[in-house]
Amino acid sequence: MFGFGLIKGLSVTMRHFIESFVYDRKPWEWFTVDRYDNKWLERHQAVDGKGIFTIQYPEQKRKVPERFRFLPMLVYEETPEEPRCTACGICARVCPPQCIYIERATDDRGRPKAQPSGFWIDAVICMSCGYCAEYCPFDAIKMNQEHETPTTDRDRDMFLDMDHLLVPIQYYAKLHPSDYEAEEAARRAKEEAKRRAAEKRAEKD
Amino acid sequence: MAIDLGAVEAQLSTAFPGAVVEREGDWLVLDRDRLPSIATYLRDEMGFDFLTHVSASDYADHLDVVYNVYSTRPELQGPGLSFKVRVPDRVDARVPTVTTIWKSANFQEREVWDMFGIHFDGHPDLRRILLWEGFEGHPLRKDWHEPYYEEDNKPFGSRWPYPENPRPRSAEQRVHWRANVQYPQGFDPEDWDLGADYPPLFAPKVEINGIDTEPVYLNVGPHHPSTHGVFRMVVGLQGETVTNLTPVVGHLHRNHEKIGERNLWNGNIPYTDRLDYISPMYNEFAYVVAVERMLGKEVPERAEYLRVIMGELARVVNHLLTIGFQFNELGAMMTPMIYAFTEREHVLDLFEEASGARMMHNYYRIGGVYGDVSDEWLARCRKVVSRLDRKIDEFETLLTDNEIFISRSRGVGAMSWQEMVNYGVTGPVLRSAGLSYDIRRVEPYSIYESFDFEVPTYETGDVYDRYRQRIAEARQSIKILKQALNRIPATGAIMDGKNAWNVKVPDGELYSRVEHPKGELGFYLVSDGGTNPYRYHVRSECLINLAALEAMSVGHLLADAIVILGSIDITLGEVDR
Ligand code: SF4
Ligand code: SF4
Repeated sequence: MFGFGLIKGLSVTMRHFIESFVYDRKPWEWFTVDRYDNKWLERHQAVDGKGIFTIQYPEQKRKVPERFRFLPMLVYEETPEEPRCTACGICARVCPPQCIYIERATDDRGRPKAQPSGFWIDAVICMSCGYCAEYCPFDAIKMNQEHETPTTDRDRDMFLDMDHLLVPIQYYAKLHPSDYEAEEAARRAKEEAKRRAAEKRAEKD
Repeated sequence: MAIDLGAVEAQLSTAFPGAVVEREGDWLVLDRDRLPSIATYLRDEMGFDFLTHVSASDYADHLDVVYNVYSTRPELQGPGLSFKVRVPDRVDARVPTVTTIWKSANFQEREVWDMFGIHFDGHPDLRRILLWEGFEGHPLRKDWHEPYYEEDNKPFGSRWPYPENPRPRSAEQRVHWRANVQYPQGFDPEDWDLGADYPPLFAPKVEINGIDTEPVYLNVGPHHPSTHGVFRMVVGLQGETVTNLTPVVGHLHRNHEKIGERNLWNGNIPYTDRLDYISPMYNEFAYVVAVERMLGKEVPERAEYLRVIMGELARVVNHLLTIGFQFNELGAMMTPMIYAFTEREHVLDLFEEASGARMMHNYYRIGGVYGDVSDEWLARCRKVVSRLDRKIDEFETLLTDNEIFISRSRGVGAMSWQEMVNYGVTGPVLRSAGLSYDIRRVEPYSIYESFDFEVPTYETGDVYDRYRQRIAEARQSIKILKQALNRIPATGAIMDGKNAWNVKVPDGELYSRVEHPKGELGFYLVSDGGTNPYRYHVRSECLINLAALEAMSVGHLLADAIVILGSIDITLGEVDR
């Protein structure tokens, strides 16, 4: 019958329309449940979720997964004066758009030290690829997840220097807990192996 | 598996004594002056009717124009013939055109002219394609340098250790933008002659059925809601009927290939994400497959499965989105598109969890993938796959029998597969016209050989068949996904050897192609043994499929031309590169 295909199709849109009321915008919850409640978000963005899919940004925000990356950050353990970074330069060389600039620190006698005295990232050029964090051999540069960084001053706020970039290790551990755990475990294993080797050598002597 | 190059060489040499000048690895160097007759022979006598890739490469003392031809004959499908011609003169570089033999060479030769300044004698419309007519120089020549030029290859020496004491400044501060713009000599915008022949707005009056009418030239785009992105069509109209149509591309051009030649080998992976940003996963797939072929690298099994899972999810998403957009253009404003976007969200959530980004994933690595996935991820992926399966059914209920859609799309843009092959059209559009040609089958890469799936085809290649083709292919992808999720090894390495930041690729050149959701995505790579590609070329299926747009649209209404454009499925990020 001519027109049947059309009606069949409209039944789908009708179902979606009804579902959006039954499933998430329940009329009986309009005045009792906060419409920006994050539970609501989790429920209807689930894989078997139905109904309206969009969320009310910025009142509601999606939880980002652990691997989510935005801009790089530099990690320090004790004080910001002693970052983990050794100024080895691998991140600056691997960075595809070449937006990392590293200046190596020198000691009193002018010899290069394994520490940066300046570290800049041109955040406008950074393409958030994550290579710097991936290839850093000292786990010194990691990806931050702070992604709401609008600004009106490109040179002041988007050309990041060490003050912008340095974060304590606890902050990193909170953002990437399982990566952090894995790295710590690897470090512990390495130290353990070193200690054992040292003990063995001591025994032999 | 490779083509028997010796036999081809022998046959060519018998037919054209001295035609094969030289053999260079897997490439034959052919006689430049007799190219058209050799090409005709290749097409008619030897069955190489499918020219998919033309590009060029600049070596210090000469230029090479490279061609890759394949065959659509069932017994010859599979690896094709790679040949090139040598252009010794850099100043007056000339090669006879093959556009008359394979129409697919049209846009690609224009691109070579644009980028390398090689003149194709006999080309019907040799204008610049990606750059504007007044552009100075030919950017992919090795002696051409861009604004902000620092060094030929990354890493740039100035980044580490930063040599000057003062704080480095942003690129805009270091070079004021006016200081690095090059204009042609004597350029004056007021009285500048474009040098290209744009049609006049109105042509002389003609009389049709006793009515005086004027053919009108209409610019659709470059900023137009019904063109996908910044794309312009100059449409000649007689009444509302299209009489000719010229695609004008290049508004989003960013010289991806020059950037690619500066980059390290793995630095190109995140850049490929920016080609077809609807299915970035598959672009990366194509690139890493090409590099691995040069390296002869094996990929661990679990990584291969992850690659296929990501790739096929990308294909399903791409096809659903295309259908959504297509209905947008038909006037079914938003509903199918938003439904498609909803499904895409679920897949993007998966991608984000695995790779760390929703669109610019940077997930594939040379020799593996970036990160392993957890069992929860796989469980969720299974759920998403069965959801997609249901949703494809829902799309079919919503759209397939819709009478308005059928009357708008049946017979619109139809073209025979023989003609499409001549135009170099690939992907679902080609298969919807009846030719079963899927690179996953004819020239398998990765582990596609081990999956059980069909290559669906339809008959007419009109807009309706293209729609059904995409639905059918999405179903096959679901089938592959289900098998892959069942068979993926529970544990295992995801990287072959060490994930090195400065991969070195041995000397050589190759053209490698994969079945991207939109068609044949190929990479032509030349290595000089270093850490950077010597030549990096993207065979963009979107651009080459556009070559057939005019032939598909002529005789249809303007409103249908828009629908045909949508059904070809282009992404401007890849067309313009
Ligand atoms: S790779 Fe790591 S240690 Fe080396 S310079 Fe970069 S951040 Fe510092
Ligand atoms: S994320 Fe990528 S682009 Fe950004 S600084 Fe790191 S390596 Fe460079």
